[in-house]
Amino acid sequence: MVKKKLDFGPYLYILPAAVIIFLFRLIPIILSFVVSFFEWSITGVGKFIGIANYVQVLHDAEFWQSMLNTFYLVIFVVPIGLILALFFANLLNSIEKLKSFFRSVYFIPTVTSMVAISIVWKIMFNQQTGLINYFLGKIGIEPLGWLAESRGVFDLLLGSFGINFSSWIQSLSELVNIGYNTLYMILGGPSLALFSIIIVTIWKNLGYNTIIYLAGLQNIPEVYYEAARIDGANKFKQFFKITIPLISPTTYYVLMMTTITTFQVFSQIYLMTGPPIGGPLGTTKVIVYYLFDKGFGESNDLSYASAIALVLFAIILILTLLQRKLEKKVHY
Amino acid sequence: MEPKKTFTYLMLIICGLVMVIPFVWMLTTAVKSQLEINKGNIGFLPLETETVYEDSKIRYRAKVIMEEADSCYVHLFDEEGKIIRKYQGITTASGKVVDEYMKVPQSAIKDITKIALHFENFVTAFNKVPFARYFLNTIIVSFSVVIGVVITGALAAYAFARMRFVGREFIFYFFISMMMVPQPVYLIPSYILLNYLGMIDTYYALIFPWITNIFTIFLLRQQFKTVPQELFDAAAIDGCSRFGILWKIVLPLSKSVLATAAIFGFIGSWNSFMWPLVMTDSPALRVLQVGLSYFSQEASSQTALLMAASTFSILPLLILFLFAQRQIISSFASSGLKG
Repeated sequence: MVKKKLDFGPYLYILPAAVIIFLFRLIPIILSFVVSFFEWSITGVGKFIGIANYVQVLHDAEFWQSMLNTFYLVIFVVPIGLILALFFANLLNSIEKLKSFFRSVYFIPTVTSMVAISIVWKIMFNQQTGLINYFLGKIGIEPLGWLAESRGVFDLLLGSFGINFSSWIQSLSELVNIGYNTLYMILGGPSLALFSIIIVTIWKNLGYNTIIYLAGLQNIPEVYYEAARIDGANKFKQFFKITIPLISPTTYYVLMMTTITTFQVFSQIYLMTGPPIGGPLGTTKVIVYYLFDKGFGESNDLSYASAIALVLFAIILILTLLQRKLEKKVHY
Repeated sequence: MEPKKTFTYLMLIICGLVMVIPFVWMLTTAVKSQLEINKGNIGFLPLETETVYEDSKIRYRAKVIMEEADSCYVHLFDEEGKIIRKYQGITTASGKVVDEYMKVPQSAIKDITKIALHFENFVTAFNKVPFARYFLNTIIVSFSVVIGVVITGALAAYAFARMRFVGREFIFYFFISMMMVPQPVYLIPSYILLNYLGMIDTYYALIFPWITNIFTIFLLRQQFKTVPQELFDAAAIDGCSRFGILWKIVLPLSKSVLATAAIFGFIGSWNSFMWPLVMTDSPALRVLQVGLSYFSQEASSQTALLMAASTFSILPLLILFLFAQRQIISSFASSGLKG
């Protein structure tokens, strides 16, 4: 067979995908750097302002509050979500009957739109007509404010034991000379409103994470467990000495996916909180909503919003690299 | 059953309930009357309490206006809720005749609680804002996206999997690295770009940026690599063209992965929210999720209608899920095996 000198064929096959990726991924990413260094509005390009936007980000109290809220979201959603998913995957893996039935039931939220889910959960969390306070009332617990409650969950928890959290913060604030509000935001934990968002986010992810874990568990050869049984290891020991180490690649994947997606939470906040969105008292404002609001809200500052987006990208990138380092340590 | 198994099933059932209760409650609240919800009827049963007047012959809905020792004055209503005045004995204590007010013995007035299903809520919600239009928009967008994703994905994956050319590895890993960029990062510059291209507030802005899915290319490439080389050789000897091989041999052997790609594309497009929210403005272009979001702001106090709208908006995907559970779940599971 005679070979042609230059074969353009393969490139033609890639062309459609390449055009789209070039136009709608690569160019926007380059553009977002450019935009963040210029004054920019929907009317067009303004003057070059250098890193002014990035300097402003560092001094932007609202940005830091959004970062803190996002951080709370991640550190609650990721570990709780992972542990629950692993637990239920183990339960599912240990049964024969109805296995696929339960699997499907857990999976329903995954294929449902976050918009509809947010609408339903917002009504469920309603103080007067919500299902959750109705259930709490049945077991004799006072109704909670949920999405309307700006106080931190640690404050509320200690308060239920009769501890006056705010007076502690007050005296600590004088001691270390940091503002009361800042200290409260950090030590009070996520507001109950944000905690409600955390619950919904875990609930929505649970089915997907469970399925991924289940697939991972089914890949662990049964012989390991047989050997352990012969050696007299109990179920507990088997779980910690065999399952946990051998499932670690899955754990790594779920950890990374959940972290990255939780950093990008938007719909829940947009639909469940407020008015104003991000309320009460900005305790549910997350980073993606903040950049959306900066870019397309009243201030319409696309340049500043781009800078925030790139900071978010940097954070996600750093976390991914850190987790990759971690993966090398846990990979068997 | 041994006690340990019982515990396992118990936990699974409890968790299963937690997963489905929001949906069940959505459905039961959707068929309640708003009046009952506002009265504080929160439970699962769409119960309705009504006062009726009943004697040996007839039964009417009644509203008590004034009560006396052993009798009371009532409005009576017919089935459609109109006041009727046919009953005799409409004289009040002062001797005046008042048509609408009727004195009846206390014992004939009863409270009845029954299940009342207001299916008309679905129709009301559907017609309150143009949901038909929203559905149509979503169908147009998601079908276009799925077709695009499958075509561009299959072509690119075929080249990456079965052809040799300069820069193959580089281009492939460049694609993969683009997959790592989260959507919020390119949201704003994409808006600027699409605005420059005059595509903002058109279907194009919702379709074009999404007709290639890098993960689909990756998935199909893995699949195409598994097709045995002998089949390619045999087809080439028979004079089959390169595209012919893709069309007649590779694609038919990859049906299940193609289905996976289509399912991902469809669910992702159907449920996407932030992108269409930003890229469209005119109400006529609202996709289902955006329309539902606006509806939830407009009708925020009308719980029953909101629940009805949520129900019919998730129904298409739920039905799809019901019929293709295995395929969908294994698709999602395969996304995790080699991410």
